Amino acid sequence: MAPGWGGTLLVGLLHSLEIAIGATFLGLLIGTAGAFGKLYGGPVTRDLLAVYTTVVRAVPELVLILLLYYAGTDLINQVLAAMGYSRVDISGLAAGIFVLGFVQGAYSTEVIRGAILAIPQGQIEAARAYGMPPGLMLRRITIPAMLPFAIPGLANLWLIATKDTALLAVVGFFELTLATRQAAGVTKAYLIFYLAAGVLYLAVTLFSNVIISRVEAWSRRGMPSVKEAR
Amino acid sequence: MSAVGTATVSSGKALNSAAEAIHVENLHKKFGQLHVLKGVSLSARDGEVIAIIGGSGSGKSTLLRCINCLENPTSGIIRVNGEEIKLKADSHGHTVPADRRQIERIRSRLGMVFQNFNLWSHMTLIENVIEVPVHVLGVKRDEAIAQAEKLLARVGLAEKRDVYPAFLSGGQQQRAAIARALAINPRVMLFDEPTSALDPELVGEVLKVIGDLAREGRTMVLVTHEMKFAREVATHVVYLYNGLVEEEGPPEQLFGAPKSERLKQFLRNVG
Repeated sequence: MAPGWGGTLLVGLLHSLEIAIGATFLGLLIGTAGAFGKLYGGPVTRDLLAVYTTVVRAVPELVLILLLYYAGTDLINQVLAAMGYSRVDISGLAAGIFVLGFVQGAYSTEVIRGAILAIPQGQIEAARAYGMPPGLMLRRITIPAMLPFAIPGLANLWLIATKDTALLAVVGFFELTLATRQAAGVTKAYLIFYLAAGVLYLAVTLFSNVIISRVEAWSRRGMPSVKEAR
Repeated sequence: MSAVGTATVSSGKALNSAAEAIHVENLHKKFGQLHVLKGVSLSARDGEVIAIIGGSGSGKSTLLRCINCLENPTSGIIRVNGEEIKLKADSHGHTVPADRRQIERIRSRLGMVFQNFNLWSHMTLIENVIEVPVHVLGVKRDEAIAQAEKLLARVGLAEKRDVYPAFLSGGQQQRAAIARALAINPRVMLFDEPTSALDPELVGEVLKVIGDLAREGRTMVLVTHEMKFAREVATHVVYLYNGLVEEEGPPEQLFGAPKSERLKQFLRNVG
C-alpha cells in the first residue's frame, strides 16, 4: 500500500464513524419521541408520525439523501435569505448526521414502538399505581423494561448506519468509501484499497458486535436464559 | 340492596370514631356500552379490613382499581383521607383525574398489590422495594435500603434481596410485591385478588403475610376469592353482584346468615 493513502482511509473511516454515531443518536431521540407519540399521542400526532415513518421507509435512502442534502440546504438558505441573513455553508458532517438521523429515526420509531408494546403492561400499571410522574416512569421503568426487546433491532440499525454513511459519498462527503475511491483511482491499486475498505467495515462490525452483546446481556439481566425455557 | 356508605361496623372492633381513609360514593363505571359499576358506595375507616367478594364480572376489581384511578370512574365521588379526587371530562368526554399531581400524591400513599405481582423485572427485589420511596417520596437511599431489608425479612425474603423477580416463585414474588407496597408506608393497602394467579400450594404463604398485616391493624381493601380468609380477617364484607352492592356487613353475618338469595347461591357455589 502506498504510504500516506492508508492514513487517508483512516480519516475516511473516522468521518464515517462520526456520522454513524451522530445519526444513530439523533435517530434514537427521534425514535423514542416518535414511538411515544404513536402509542400515546393524539390523533394529529399519530397521523403526522405515520406519514413520517411511511414516507421515509418508502423512499430509497439514496433519493432521500440527495433530496434532503441538496433541497434541504437550499431551503435553509432560501429561508435565511428571506429573513435577510446571508447564505451559510452547511457542513457536510452536520448535513450527513441530520439526513441519516432523519432516516434512522423512522426505523427506530417502529423498533422502539414494538419494544414498548412487548413490555408486560402490568409493570407500567404498577408504576402508575405508585404515583410515578410520566418523566420518571419513562426513565426508571419504560426505557429499561423495553431495552431487551429493542436492542436486537437497534443493533441492526446501528450496523446499517455505519454502512449507509457510504451513500454520502454521492454528495461529496469525505467518508471511507469516497476516500477509498480516491486512493484507488490515483494509485490504480483497486483491489488492495477496496479490500482494505471492506476489512475496515468488517472490523467496525466485529467490534460493534462485542459491545452490543455486552449491552444486551446487561439489559436482559432480569430475564431467565432462553435456553432454560427450552 | 342494603344501606351503603357509612355502614355501622358491629364486629369486634369499635371503629366508628376512626377517620375515614377511603370513601367511595355512588360510583359508576362504563366501558363503552358495558355498565360495570352502577352506583357503588364503599367506606373504609382506619384499621378496617374491607373484603370485596363477588362472582366473575361483578365489578369488584374495577371498584378497587377506581379507588386510585387506575380505572377512571365514569361518575361518582372518591375521597382518600378526606381529600376528594378531582375529576374532569377530557376532550372525548371520558372522566379523567383533573390534577395529575394530586392523583400522583394520593397514589403514592396507597399500596397496591396486583393479581400478577407486577414487580419491575429489570430490578432486583431490594431495588423494587426502594424504587418508590427513593424516586417518588424522596427518602434517602440508605434509609430506604435499611427499611427495605427489614420489610423483605418480614415477608421471609431477606436472602433473596439481590435476586431478580423472574427467578422466584409466584408466592415469593407476591410477598416481595407486598414488601414493595409496605415500603411506601401506605395509608391504605389495596389488594386485587392477590392469590388468584398462584399455584394452590403457594396461596398459604401469601395469605399468612396478608393476615398478619390485617391483625396489626392495617387499613386494607381486599378483593378476594378466598372466602375462608375473608371471613377470618375482614371487619366488613361487601358482596357485589352485577355492578351493585347486593349485601354487606360484618363477616359473621354475611357468611353465617346471608339474607340475599344471590349471596347464598354464590357462597354455595364457591364453598
